[in-house]
Amino acid sequence: MKKLLVLIAGLSFAAILGTAMFALESTPVDLRLEVSANLPLSGVDHEVTAVLLNYRGYDTLLEIAVLLLALLGILAVMPFDRTIAPPADGPVLPILARPAIPLMVIVALYLLWAGAFKPGGAFQAGAVLGAAGVLAHLTGLVPGWHRPRLWLRSGLAAGFAVFLCVATATLGHGAFLEYPRPLAGALILLIEATLTLSLGFCLSGLFLLLSKGEGDKS
Amino acid sequence: MTLEHYFDIVLALALLWSAWQSLITPKLDRAVILFISFGLLLTLAWARLDAPDIALAEAAIGAGLTGVLLLDALGALGASKHSRKRQ
Repeated sequence: MKKLLVLIAGLSFAAILGTAMFALESTPVDLRLEVSANLPLSGVDHEVTAVLLNYRGYDTLLEIAVLLLALLGILAVMPFDRTIAPPADGPVLPILARPAIPLMVIVALYLLWAGAFKPGGAFQAGAVLGAAGVLAHLTGLVPGWHRPRLWLRSGLAAGFAVFLCVATATLGHGAFLEYPRPLAGALILLIEATLTLSLGFCLSGLFLLLSKGEGDKS
Repeated sequence: MTLEHYFDIVLALALLWSAWQSLITPKLDRAVILFISFGLLLTLAWARLDAPDIALAEAAIGAGLTGVLLLDALGALGASKHSRKRQ
């Protein structure tokens, strides 16, 4: 009976989604030409980065805000009494992690820099940094963040704060997040660099703040 | 039908299969592993669709970090069950 209900609900939802999809106009708005035409004005040479950081910068600002809110939620419910778990045993992971982590940092920097003219960008670079943080924690190189201090907290918030400051500063020149043209490239690089750092902190924070690993040092 | 077409068909079938399996399997650990492999297959699919940006993001966030978080949650669930049994 329950299964039948779930099946009916699922099928009707699929039917609604399907009709909604087919009800869309067959000739959707094609923005590709406009994106390409305005690329020289955007300050970067890659379409995706131009859309994320310039044309639709507002969306990216809200995305990082959402991630920061998730982190704040974790910080708010963080339990402080923890059992201390032993670090992972076995030599393979630590031996592999030691050369891998610096390489991951270099890859993150490359992805950040490459974002201006080919696939890459702040989110991918931040994710690689975050993964490096998780790996470093799993091999016992970095303790869990049980009592995040001021530096760590500012690192978590820096990306959003810098993005918001730039957005507010652009208010004086025109619209919200409308970069002045000669500065657009530099501003986007500044935002992306701090975003990468903050995203790295946030994404590894999702893991390290909740970790039961040893240490109260950070 | 070229080799690429066959590859795409196999990829699409594998995506559907791993998604379905990760939903219906009763074992949580199996579901998590299947979800991670689903993420990796999805990365391949984005790469085949000429969307390297999304492929990169999916590989790093979808397959990597989400997988780690799910495994961590699984470990925490197991640990809490274990300690409850001991009490």
